Parts: sequence; structure tokens; C-alpha cells
Amino acid sequence: MMEPGLNHILVISAALFFIGVFGFFTRRNLVTMLMSIELVLNSVNLNFIAFNKYVWPNKMDGLFFAIFVIAIAAAEAAVAIAIIINLYRSHHSIDVENAEEMKF
Amino acid sequence: MLAALTLVSGVLAVTTRQIFRAAIFLLFSLIGIAGLYFWMQYDFIAAVQIVVYVGGITVLIIFSIFLTQQAGELLPKQKIGRQIFSALAVFCGFALTMLQLFQHSFKPTTGQPVLPIVANIGDRMLGVAEDGFALPFEVVSMLLLAALIGCIVIALRSKPATS
Repeated sequence: MMEPGLNHILVISAALFFIGVFGFFTRRNLVTMLMSIELVLNSVNLNFIAFNKYVWPNKMDGLFFAIFVIAIAAAEAAVAIAIIINLYRSHHSIDVENAEEMKF
Repeated sequence: MLAALTLVSGVLAVTTRQIFRAAIFLLFSLIGIAGLYFWMQYDFIAAVQIVVYVGGITVLIIFSIFLTQQAGELLPKQKIGRQIFSALAVFCGFALTMLQLFQHSFKPTTGQPVLPIVANIGDRMLGVAEDGFALPFEVVSMLLLAALIGCIVIALRSKPATS
């Protein structure tokens, strides 16, 4: 068993990214699509931290990018859930097929 | 082990047909990622991950599930053609990424490592020197404030229409 390094973390985060993309393709419910987006953002964070630890340990840029991504993801989730609840109030459904009026 | 926890619960989170179970599996996946941060000795990021994602976003998602869905109701089954097509596209993308990843070799820098402890993080985050992050910090604070006000505006706007 070799010592886990940068490549292993990158494999994990790539797998997580594509799991999230698969969920985003197949789901038709807005809340579950939001959960898939959270998985994708987490894989990106994992990449930032892994590169910061293994490739540029003398800087902290990756760490700060991860912190900012977490903050922006929190804001995005809050706004998305406000929109979803508002949509549910007016349509009584949160499927994307029923949300076509949002295009205009 | 942590990776297995993260990936298996991630797969279950996007494939289970009960939406509440999907939220719980997402919770376990996020905890697994926080464990990976702990394993890489980035304690501050792991703590932020647990507080913001596990404590905040998952609770927000569970509340929105309760508000918008009858609990225990199964999600409608998707068309099998769409599922096969998505799996194929995702597998092709994953294979391409793996190919690129194993053909590339990363060269670490040889500089003095900076320990990711809270004192160093605080110095950098509020520093206005060349490698300081004071301006993005302020911009992100303004973005969070704008997002919160926007949420309140969106949530309030439909009140006269419904009542």
C-alpha cells in the first residue's frame, strides 16, 4: 500500500465531480439538483486544498480560494432555496418541467 | 476509507428516489470530505466545512424539503434513455479526466512551507500586502450581504399574491 498523494485526492475529487454532474443531468427536482451542485462545489474545494498542500505548500492561495468558494456556495444555496420556495408557493410543484415561465 | 464513505454516499445521494434519504446521504458525503480535510491537516477548512455545509446548507435543504414536499413520497422514475445517456456522458468525461491526470506529473515547489494554522490564515486574510486577501474578503462580505437581502426580497414579494 503506497502512501496516498496528490493523484489519489484528484481521482476522488474527479469522481465526486462527475457524480454531481450525473445527478444534475438525471434529476428533475430543483432541490435534488441543488444537492448535486453542492457535490460539484465540494469536489472543486477538495482540488484547491489538495493542490495547495502537495504542489504549492509555500503559499496559501488555494486555501483562501476554498474559503471564498464555501462562502459563495452558502450565498448561492440560500438564494436558490428562496427561489424554490417562492416557486412552490405559486406552482405547488418544484419540477423543472413546470418552471418554464421563469424563462421570461 | 474516507474516500469510500464520500463516494458511496455521493452516489446514493444522486440515485436514491426518496428525497429525504438523498439529503441524509449528502450529509454523510460532506462529512467524508471534512474528514479528508482533517487527514490533509487543514483543520481550519475542515471546521469551516462542518459548520457551513454540514450545519448550515444541509439543514437548509432539509427544511426546504419539508416545506415543499410530502415526506415519504417517491420521486418519479426518470426515462431510462436519459439515464443511460447521462451515465455515458459522465463516464466519457471521467475517463478523459483520468487520462489527462495520469499523463501529467506535478512538480512541487521547494519553498519553505507555510503551516495552515489559524494565525497564518488570519494574517493573510486581513493583510493588505502583496499576498494579502483583504479586498476579496470585503467583496465576499458584500456578496453575502447582498444575497441575504435578496433572499428576504424574494421571499417577501409573493406575500400579497398568495394571501
